[in-house]
Amino acid sequence: MGKIQTILQANKLAQGLLLAAFILVTAGAVYLIDRSVTAFLLMLASLLLLYYTSFSNGMKWSIAIFLLVIVIPFATSGGTSRESYMEVATQCGIYVAMALGLNIVVGFAGLLDMGFIAFFAVGAYTYGIFATGQANNFISGELFPLSGGSFWIFILIGGFIAGIFGILLGLPVLRVKGDYLAIVTLGFGEIIRIIFNNLEKPVNITNGAMGLSSIQPPDLFGFQFTFPHQFYFIVIGILLIVIFAVRRLEHSRLGRSWKAVRENEIAAQSMGIPLIRTKLMAFAIGASFSGMMGVVFAAKQTFIDPTSFTLIESITILVMVVLGGMGSVPGVILGASLVTILNLQVLTEFTSWLNQLSQQGIFEVPNALSPSKMQRFIFGMILILVAVFRPHGLIAARNRRLPPEAVKDPSPPLSKPEVQPD
Amino acid sequence: MFSSILQTLPQVLIDGLALGAIYAVVALGYTMVYGILELINFAHGEIFMTGAFVGTAVLFIFQGAGWLTDMPAWLSYVLIILIAMLVTGALGVGIERVAYRPLRKAPKLILLISAFGVSFVLQDVIRFIAELKTGNYIISTPQLFDQRYQLPLSSISSWFTDASVKANTLFIFAIAIVLMIGLDIFVNRTKWGGAMRAVAQDRETASLMSINVNKVIVLTFFIGSALGGSTGVLFAQQYGTIDPYIGFILGLKAFTAAVLGGIGNIRGAMFGGIVLGVLEMFASSNLGILTGGNFGAEYKDVFAFMILIIVLIFKPEGIFGKAIKEKV
Repeated sequence: MGKIQTILQANKLAQGLLLAAFILVTAGAVYLIDRSVTAFLLMLASLLLLYYTSFSNGMKWSIAIFLLVIVIPFATSGGTSRESYMEVATQCGIYVAMALGLNIVVGFAGLLDMGFIAFFAVGAYTYGIFATGQANNFISGELFPLSGGSFWIFILIGGFIAGIFGILLGLPVLRVKGDYLAIVTLGFGEIIRIIFNNLEKPVNITNGAMGLSSIQPPDLFGFQFTFPHQFYFIVIGILLIVIFAVRRLEHSRLGRSWKAVRENEIAAQSMGIPLIRTKLMAFAIGASFSGMMGVVFAAKQTFIDPTSFTLIESITILVMVVLGGMGSVPGVILGASLVTILNLQVLTEFTSWLNQLSQQGIFEVPNALSPSKMQRFIFGMILILVAVFRPHGLIAARNRRLPPEAVKDPSPPLSKPEVQPD
Repeated sequence: MFSSILQTLPQVLIDGLALGAIYAVVALGYTMVYGILELINFAHGEIFMTGAFVGTAVLFIFQGAGWLTDMPAWLSYVLIILIAMLVTGALGVGIERVAYRPLRKAPKLILLISAFGVSFVLQDVIRFIAELKTGNYIISTPQLFDQRYQLPLSSISSWFTDASVKANTLFIFAIAIVLMIGLDIFVNRTKWGGAMRAVAQDRETASLMSINVNKVIVLTFFIGSALGGSTGVLFAQQYGTIDPYIGFILGLKAFTAAVLGGIGNIRGAMFGGIVLGVLEMFASSNLGILTGGNFGAEYKDVFAFMILIIVLIFKPEGIFGKAIKEKV
């Protein structure tokens, strides 16, 4: 076994062949077998396998995009359960983007935000209010609902407004440190939810607990996006932009200041990092990713109400970040995918399997213990276990290392004496 | 508008004080643990909730065994509270051992995440047990004291309407006062209390003075959790229905109370709890009147959180706390 490993590590061709074989087998299985969750999960696992190959970064990216844009949609188009696969993949994408946003706040800047779903809600309601007749209640002139073509611009608007809310939350919170911050953001998340739940009077803005229904689907030159396999491409597009942005941000000046603030606020400040601006930027950028995905979520569901934005959702996203590894982009992507799949596929499949067993009378499972209700327990256990045994998560964050010769100052200092001693 | 607020004021005060007493005792648990470990024990709200469920379960057992009719009601009430205190105290110690002690040297973020984890696990375990035993996780508790006393305030002055006091409210006041005075004496007058204060001031020096720090921390968790659990029983008796998710919001508000009084300060927590309870009750009955019906009682939680945020912005050390300068 060790021998095979060394051969594989040394030989890129062998890695490529193995990866190709794996992709072919799993994609073929997904295409041919109807409703096989295992095959679908294994196919997604090929992305993880790809991460561990030793190809160059550009190569990895091209293969990943090829897999996401061509192989996965094609392989799932075979059977009757196409839409359910694509639904899972779309949800995965939405959650990955949100977890990446939270990762900026929690992982990079070290500010524990427990009300992150509030920004998702802000994004969703931004599109929801204007893409239904709801906005007619407070803007005169029967201009609404806006057509589905406005969806594309609303992705930006939703992100922008969520970013403003991020700054609004950030401003008071700046004076608060550490654990207080968690509590305040928790309260903020609840406040937003309660307000959305009750803002039907004096002016009916959010339609209260009834929610907003029949939200316009997106529309691109007359082509309407209604099915999950169509939304998949929108989500993948946004996701790629988000991942690219996060990777660029991480090693930028701003990203390095975030990490400095996380490690030691006072030291960072004395090194000249503007504390307020750095923290606010973390809140704003993290929130805007979440807001963009909120717009997509509203358009995909065509129905939103405050129950989609409860505390458990905030915790779910936090679990994704903590499980994957705070501050680690590949880790967070992995964590988000794992938790979403666990939620949507594994738990439901397991529940129906248990139900079958108890129907056949083999094994009695009380309804109270049904796995689909055990989310809180499972998430809680993940949080405790990761905190105690693996505080850096599945894929720990690594700082980028420069080769030693790059660190040595290439340009001579200005005050260097002109005449060298012989 | 003013007169209608004044009319309901006595009732608001009575209900607010009852709620405030509950907040105050729960806030004590937050403040004690924070004083010693500088950790927000987020699972404390869930310990309170567990106390409510344990108390109700014991009550059902008493009922099933027919002891309720044999014993005077106050005796069974006190017994139930004592049992709930023992169970939740032990639970708190267990939580500290499993989820906090391995992390004592870890960054605070990790500790807090672990605390959230504990809180979710507790919620689901209680839900599971309750649902398994009764088929529904929302449980209504039989009331031990269901008499109501009328206070004929309208005969004193026409400004007030009559108020009524539940017998249980009086019981809450009694228990809360006994617990708070007991804790105050324990912390300020006894040897163990002295050890607690020493550990809170400086853990390392305290351990050099031959104080067993781990024992003190365990004791703190036991007492804090037992206080939380006992309030759970009081809460269940006062409001009649409990579910596994009551601990979250109530814990958050009790934490607000602790912050309001200055976290780490025991007398401050008592004061903060009472103030918050009265303010919240006042808001829930008068917000609608004050805003002309636009924003009603459904915003009372928003109101409580706004208080928290405002306190944290303008006076983060609380009313009785001392500002601490961060050292480099």
